Amino acid sequence: MSEYYLELKGVTKSFPGVLALDNVSLSVRPGTVHALMGENGAGKSTLMKCLFGIYKMDEGEILIEGNKVTINNPDEAMKLGVAMVHQELQPILPRSVAENMYLGRFPVRKYGPLQIIDHKKMNEDTSYWLKEVGMDFNPKTKLSDLSIGQMQTIEIAKAVSHEAKLIIFDEPTSSLSDKEVEVLFRIMNDLRDRGVAMIYISHKMDEIKRIADDITIMRDGGYVGTWKASELTTEEIITKMVGRELKNIYPEHKDTPGEVLLDCRNITSINEHSFKDCTFQIRRGEIVGFGGLVGAQRTELMEAIFGIRNIKSGEIYVNGKKVDSKTPRRAMDAGMGLITEDRRGKGILGCLSIKDNVGVSVYDKNLRAGFVLNHGNINGIVDKSIKQLSIKTPSMSTAISSLSGGNQQKVIIARWLANNPDILIMDEPTRGIDVGAKHEIYEIMCELAREGKAIIMISSEMPELLGMSDRVYIMCNGYIRGEISDPEELTQERVMQFATMF
Amino acid sequence: MNKKAFNLKEFLINYGVILVMIILVVITSIKSPNFLSGNNLMNLLLNMSARLVIALGIAGCVITAGCDLSAGRMIGLGGCIAGILLQRADYSGKFYPDMEPMNLFLVIIIVMCITAAFGAVTGFFIAFLNVPPFISTLAMMEIVYGLNLIYTNATPIGGYVDYYTALATKRFLFIPWLVWIAILVAAITWFIFNMTRHGKYMYAIGANPQAAEVAGVPVKLTMILIYAKAAAFYGLAGFMLGAKSGGASVNLGLGYEMEAIAACTIGGVSVTGGRGKVSSAVLGVAVFELLKAALQFLGVNANAQWIALGIIIYIAISLDIRKYVTKK
Repeated sequence: MSEYYLELKGVTKSFPGVLALDNVSLSVRPGTVHALMGENGAGKSTLMKCLFGIYKMDEGEILIEGNKVTINNPDEAMKLGVAMVHQELQPILPRSVAENMYLGRFPVRKYGPLQIIDHKKMNEDTSYWLKEVGMDFNPKTKLSDLSIGQMQTIEIAKAVSHEAKLIIFDEPTSSLSDKEVEVLFRIMNDLRDRGVAMIYISHKMDEIKRIADDITIMRDGGYVGTWKASELTTEEIITKMVGRELKNIYPEHKDTPGEVLLDCRNITSINEHSFKDCTFQIRRGEIVGFGGLVGAQRTELMEAIFGIRNIKSGEIYVNGKKVDSKTPRRAMDAGMGLITEDRRGKGILGCLSIKDNVGVSVYDKNLRAGFVLNHGNINGIVDKSIKQLSIKTPSMSTAISSLSGGNQQKVIIARWLANNPDILIMDEPTRGIDVGAKHEIYEIMCELAREGKAIIMISSEMPELLGMSDRVYIMCNGYIRGEISDPEELTQERVMQFATMF
Repeated sequence: MNKKAFNLKEFLINYGVILVMIILVVITSIKSPNFLSGNNLMNLLLNMSARLVIALGIAGCVITAGCDLSAGRMIGLGGCIAGILLQRADYSGKFYPDMEPMNLFLVIIIVMCITAAFGAVTGFFIAFLNVPPFISTLAMMEIVYGLNLIYTNATPIGGYVDYYTALATKRFLFIPWLVWIAILVAAITWFIFNMTRHGKYMYAIGANPQAAEVAGVPVKLTMILIYAKAAAFYGLAGFMLGAKSGGASVNLGLGYEMEAIAACTIGGVSVTGGRGKVSSAVLGVAVFELLKAALQFLGVNANAQWIALGIIIYIAISLDIRKYVTKK
């Protein structure tokens, strides 16, 4: 019998244009908690998806208790005793605890050809497994009546009821209260005593120190190494996570920032799990980065400033004037523009032409007699921006959905530039864009800063954040945890320290 | 643009509906030459006119990925109100015995304003309270029908003044006035769709409502306008149908909303939103009416005609969806 319950060896996976995993290994001992760590995009989720057969790995093998296995879908993983508690739970809220636990495998009583769900057995079994993880709910409770922490324990109970030998926890504590975290850790300790192996994905250093036995660190799709948790200090972990060579592929821009354009004071969300008490300022001619881990609420903060989300308290001043940005329209009138992170969902108007995609924000300003669209003017604006941003397209009547990601992004940039905003918020401006187009977008950003616009850039890519920003704010858990304005101090380690200050 | 090789499959997908229309006309006119007679064509145009106005109204709802089930009942209400305001002074069963018949234009405006007000309410529920269009218009359908029943006491309206029914019989430049009205409405709709902010906002919302909002489109106001405008068109269509048939009842226009939605989709207004032109509605209505007339001329069993209509919808929509799905 092997020392390890699960071994992943030499896992390699590439997507078009990206090597997502490069010869990664992971070995998990039974009865231990194995922390899997790395920055945004280090490949943790991809690795887990390969394990679950959601992605097909290009190379590499999976060994369970020393035997080579192949896993083609999550169902097969479950049969081999591998279960996962997802970061984003996918419960069926209007149904009961028991139904959620036994979905797809309801116990039935057979009456000839007729199969009837055995509710009594289902509820009793659910109670039994809930007690196994030290929980005591009524199995008939509707899931919508439970807290997120309680839902998570049901996921765990479900995994245990499958007699899982390996349970993966993907950032389970990201939306839990302190008390709920304690409950989770108690359950994990119980499971450890019973010999269950666990993989624990988290960015919270203090939790890792408390619960993990072993730590494996990944970086940029590669395997950095595995250590005993007791051997590493928090600083060492951070250094190993970020320790890459920085190549400077970013355009030079030395700007002298002008007056404050955007001044946000104590912005707090109406949602208690979202951003809180955020205060920051952006000056004319600056590119200001917003760094942080995924889930730090950066997107939510920017969307609130732009009027897509609601603010409970706090003030926004543009050019010294107070702005009540209840709708994107008002934010636009105040001189802001927002390029959203989710380009397909909140950016492009998919089936419409490039012209319509650019024009949509400037129809108000191009009218004859107050209500007839001045197509001549609009064509001029669109034509100019296609040339200026070198958007590659046969014509302005081409549907935006037929363009590449980079060109789609340029069209969205053109939409905002047509409106001539003072402040341009760019949320992950180069996500899903090939290297060449990325560089062009960097050039555009620098050019805009030179023209005296203020640019906010949210970026989850560390090199981009460090390479493009004049100044960086770092968020964690809804708070702005730090600001780095001295270029000497703008290092990966510093950013990571602030980004993990939960 | 470089010239592409002729692709039969693509051609069929893109122009299938027009092709079907041409084939229908050719076959029917060979089998029964009367089909192409002036009289019959004029009749066809008259049938199309009110339906085109309805389809143009509902097109706006469909382009924003909605629908409007209240159209039929709005037509009934519009037809009844128009009829009541235009009864002959000497007609015995007059609704308001002491009232003189009104001016035609005034009636059109009154009817369109009343139905537009109801449409605005439908739009309000859709825009501000997030009621799905299917449900919001369903509710309005019931309310409008009930109000119309109470108002007219379910009695049929008749005895119209001559200048009202003349819209269907008298011609200007060889074409009945009702057809001119439809042409005018089509022109106005084209203008709204292509030359105003409102039209462009409508397409943007249909393509991606969230992105439209981020881009500064006043989504809620636009939605209300779309449903109000559509309802105004239904009122006008009710007025037109009354002129054609010389009478109206609460059941005038019953089921026309379904025909209009079907016609729009046959013509190429995409039910997933964002796509559709005035020409799509014209084409769809034309195919629909031609098909009905052709089947009649060919002597197809009247009941079996419904089956044919259903099959055409299936084919047209499947082709239409293919246009966009395969391109991805």
